Amino acid sequence: MNCILIKNGRVIDPANNIDKICDLRIENGKIAELGNNLSDGGADVIDASGLLVTPGLIDMHVHLRDPGLEYKEDIISGTAAAAAGGVTSLACMPNTRPILDNLAVCRYIITKAQEQGTANVFPIGSITQGLKGEILSEMGELKEGGCVAFSDDGLPVTSSELMRRALEYSHTFDMPIISHAEDLSLVGNGVMNEGAVSTELGLSGIPWVAEDAMTARDIMLAELTGGHMHMAHVSTRGSVDLVRQAKARGIRVTCEAAPHHFTLTDEAVRGYNTNAKMNPPLRSQADVDAVRAGLADGTIDAIATDHAPHHFDEKNVEFAIALNGIVGLETMLPLTLKLVEDKVLELNRAIALMSYQPARVLSIDRGTLSPGAVADVVIIDPTLTWEVVPQKLHSKSKNTPFGGWIMKGGAVKTLLAGKVVFER
Amino acid sequence: MQFQHRHILGIKQFSAEELNFILETSASFKEINTRDIKKVPTLRGKTIINLFFEASTRTRTSFEIAGKRLSADTVNISGSSSSVVKGETLEDTARNIEAMHPNIIVMRHNASGAAAYLAERMGCSVINAGDGTHEHPSQALLDAFTIRQHKGKISGLKVAIVGDITHSRVVRSNIDCLNKLGAEVWISGPKTMLPPGIERLGCKVAANLTEALTEADVVMMLRIQHERQGKTLIPSLREYSRYFGLNDKNLKLAKPDAIVMHPGPMNRGVEISSVVADGPQNVILDQVENGVAVRMALLYLVSGGEKLAEN
Ligand SMILES: [Zn+2]
Ligand SMILES: [Zn+2]
Repeated sequence: MNCILIKNGRVIDPANNIDKICDLRIENGKIAELGNNLSDGGADVIDASGLLVTPGLIDMHVHLRDPGLEYKEDIISGTAAAAAGGVTSLACMPNTRPILDNLAVCRYIITKAQEQGTANVFPIGSITQGLKGEILSEMGELKEGGCVAFSDDGLPVTSSELMRRALEYSHTFDMPIISHAEDLSLVGNGVMNEGAVSTELGLSGIPWVAEDAMTARDIMLAELTGGHMHMAHVSTRGSVDLVRQAKARGIRVTCEAAPHHFTLTDEAVRGYNTNAKMNPPLRSQADVDAVRAGLADGTIDAIATDHAPHHFDEKNVEFAIALNGIVGLETMLPLTLKLVEDKVLELNRAIALMSYQPARVLSIDRGTLSPGAVADVVIIDPTLTWEVVPQKLHSKSKNTPFGGWIMKGGAVKTLLAGKVVFER
Repeated sequence: MQFQHRHILGIKQFSAEELNFILETSASFKEINTRDIKKVPTLRGKTIINLFFEASTRTRTSFEIAGKRLSADTVNISGSSSSVVKGETLEDTARNIEAMHPNIIVMRHNASGAAAYLAERMGCSVINAGDGTHEHPSQALLDAFTIRQHKGKISGLKVAIVGDITHSRVVRSNIDCLNKLGAEVWISGPKTMLPPGIERLGCKVAANLTEALTEADVVMMLRIQHERQGKTLIPSLREYSRYFGLNDKNLKLAKPDAIVMHPGPMNRGVEISSVVADGPQNVILDQVENGVAVRMALLYLVSGGEKLAEN
């Protein structure tokens, strides 16, 4: 029998309201028991004194770029980055080549991840075939194939009528729709947040209302249809407010926020830093504060990275033509722990936002240390300080705005179904 | 004063003292342009490449003449912008040009930040001749030079800049330059052409054209490029000229001795009426003339400036 005993760690399992120093025993890849002074009876013992023992983190918004754009990332490098970040489960977006709108691509991803990956990969199918925004994808079959949600992420569903039908249809299969909310006509040729910084730099701006307007529409469609609408990467004061009001009215809406949106403002773009170019763009301090408030009061359900790897050449160009996105899997944990240090969040809520809660949004059986659950576990050293050196990231792409930052906190051991997949 | 800058990327890099120094240096070059033989050996043997990704006959010619009058070898290269035409990146272009060992590259590019991007990768000096909607330092300097020529000073003047503020690189450089030199800069235009936070650059936003023009010492009109900016910013050129155009009537709101400027090329009858464009208050051709002197000064200063004594 394969057996691991993690001793004397501070075990945090938000799903079961546990936060105490104790031992955790893993048997045959499953959580066996939590308790004090568990006997090591032949088990491999890991001393976790002074460390946190939590469910493996879950990142519900990742671009793995595989199949089709493997020069940016593939399932092996992407899941390696995940493991290094303490992430044991991730949901990947369908904007691959070919698009994940069919069973073949879905199976390819799941199989490759199972055979060669170091994290669980849960595919997200596209809402519309070919991400064209015209015809719904075969959601029933995709669900059967293993998809956990549907999204045209990267693009909004422009047609309100089609979004309505998507919500109705996915509701039939009890699956969430993940919306990338953006009114493209308001975005125009904008390349960063519209404000004093864009004005000064002479770059076209994207107004906050481009996100808010679409968020408002999507929430109303969720109300109309009763479908589950999940708002990806909320980044504005307005959209956090809209979700807050919608939840108060009982509308079935959930949302996520990305670490960069609660850490950085559009000031990071200065110097035409293409590693600060993303969609939605980095916003103002008021927006950052609103996202933090939304995390604190429970309006925001999950922290997700929107990990978007791009090749150096795609960023090493004039700002206006650089591709959008940053890698995030390896910096999510310390950036979230910073919120604990800043007294925005309690520690166990921070862990919940990165594990149990995204699992609930996607209805996946992860994110808990309940006995019998799959032993996806991360051991975190909250005091570990480390410098972000882009070249040392496990992701194939190095596009991070946090290069050179000193981070506090990180995974020291990541266990996937009881097997160590990352060790610092 | 020792000029410390290898590149001229924007007005932002200069202190008021340095701006004044550039203007002084320009004045000493202006004289050369009025001589019969308009050539000094200052930059003999130096190679200047005018790298223009965006058409601009006016600025390119001005730089070219400036270089030639300093005896430099000037070469013009025009390219299409990488955002339009796929293929060679700006970095590739930079490397290729670097291999030709120029002393100075003068670049115009449609991407904001392109000049700084190039400067980081080049061993030679880079002069920004306009990057996207970011900066156009030589234009701002020649504007300041022209204002000083006519007003004797810059400090304390009210300068009104009117037109498409959002899409103007001239505006950003001018606000910073005139602000540092002590002028009070007012901007005006339809709300669709005023970017958020512009006042943080150091200007005042006028509620309307009347407020901008009233008691102004300098009125600077910007070119409206209706066709380039899409059709959603203003309903028509006809309406624009009626509410935001400068004519002999509303010019009376300005001080009687106010000067009228335009970075060119003008749309007569749109942002400026012909009566004003050809009227006694316009200094538009002085701007063009001064442009050569200012650009000579810039080329000279980034080259180290050591040879002026020989002239
Ligand atoms: Zn998105
Ligand atoms: Zn995304």
